[in-house]
Amino acid sequence: MQDLWEAFAAAGALVWSLDRDLVAIVTRSLTITLTALAVSALISLPLGAALALFRFPGRTVIVVALNAFMGLPPVVVGLFVYLLLSRAGPLGTLGLLFTPTAMVIAQVLLITPIVAALTQQTIHDLWQEYRDQLRSFGAGPGRAIPTLLWEGRFSLLTALLAGFGRASAEVGAVMIVGGNIDHVTRVMTTAIALETSRGNLALALGLGLILIALSTGIAGTAYVLTDMARRRGA
Amino acid sequence: MNGPVPAILPLTLQGVSYAAGGKPRIKAVSVTLAAGPRSIILGPNGAGKTLLIMLCHGLVGPTEGVIAWGHAGVTDPRWHQAMVFQRPVMLRRSVAANVDYALQLRAVPRAERQERIQEVLSRTGLHRFADAPARVLSFGEQQRVALARAWALRPQVLFLDEPTASLDPTATRAVEDIINAIHETGTKIVMSTHDLGQAHRLADEILFLHRGRLQEQTSAEVFFRRPATQEAAHFLEGRLPSQLKRVGS
Repeated sequence: MQDLWEAFAAAGALVWSLDRDLVAIVTRSLTITLTALAVSALISLPLGAALALFRFPGRTVIVVALNAFMGLPPVVVGLFVYLLLSRAGPLGTLGLLFTPTAMVIAQVLLITPIVAALTQQTIHDLWQEYRDQLRSFGAGPGRAIPTLLWEGRFSLLTALLAGFGRASAEVGAVMIVGGNIDHVTRVMTTAIALETSRGNLALALGLGLILIALSTGIAGTAYVLTDMARRRGA
Repeated sequence: MNGPVPAILPLTLQGVSYAAGGKPRIKAVSVTLAAGPRSIILGPNGAGKTLLIMLCHGLVGPTEGVIAWGHAGVTDPRWHQAMVFQRPVMLRRSVAANVDYALQLRAVPRAERQERIQEVLSRTGLHRFADAPARVLSFGEQQRVALARAWALRPQVLFLDEPTASLDPTATRAVEDIINAIHETGTKIVMSTHDLGQAHRLADEILFLHRGRLQEQTSAEVFFRRPATQEAAHFLEGRLPSQLKRVGS
């Protein structure tokens, strides 16, 4: 028990002193996760909206697959990206394995089904409400997509937060494709795993506390901003 | 502008039917709606009024029959119509932006959009709400925004589906005043209601619908004085549906 309290105290000291290694790892983690989230948003928001509004052969299969892929095991995704990017793989010539870019790719694959499936549900519900009015104005499904994405911005923010949470907490995929290389691909989750195995519980705990604080802070900020906008009636 | 817009009226429905789930909802309706008079589609709940208006506006297609707009030169008659629904659908933006959105979709140039927004908000008494979020307004005010938004499109035909169904008398009066003002600018009004008082106040022409069938199309004066069908007479007497059914059997 005493070890645990000592570890907490040491973690607090590390955070308080803004330890250089700690700051570098946190910055790298945020950069990779937010980049993955941005790329995924560019794919999954229009994809989810299109699946909600358009009817075409194979649509049901895609929707079912997206819902199923929401629970993709990160290590399997990591392995898949590893095979793609390894020297013998189809994209091996790009030399991306064990780089932050490879980690972004893995995280995009992990969170796109989550954000797309939640977007599809949100836009489907909105389309039921707005369909007749938008069609009356002369807007078909294609023109309705940007409108409904904007109308559903608060719900979609929650979908993006779910994606952020999944990406920031994930360790298996980024460990496989990033390699956990110090000062290059080491992020909070891989560092926590490494430091725990080394017995450096203070740093591991410090990183864990920061990870929780960041997730809570981002979700809290999003909630407050959304609530303020809703109160204004926006 | 590319010169005057060709007139899209009259609107002609020939043997129009609509079935859903194997059940006929609109049965062989043939009618012509000409420019000018305010046409009120009257009938009890479930008569098919909303569906008939949606068929006319093109939001649903008939399962049988033909719907034709009068002028062959109009490439897309939908661009010269607007519709106001029973429940106003407000976008999550300001009142002015709601009107602006509809104008953008109709490709109205930006400078002209601002002019039209000012004009319709002023004429509907909504100018002080221009920057207010539309969704925080009262139901009656939202319905006025919906009317302003439709009016800004300068439609040749305005379809209204029971626009005052959930409003109190004061809000109903405001909405009816706007409908009359829109009509005075030359827009054809086609509106559904089951409210006899409202039909009395607004109708130049009545289309009486009963169980999906058009029973009468006649001037309002004639309809209220001498309804031609038993169903219309019973409706005007205010008989309840069960009484109507017994009378029918």
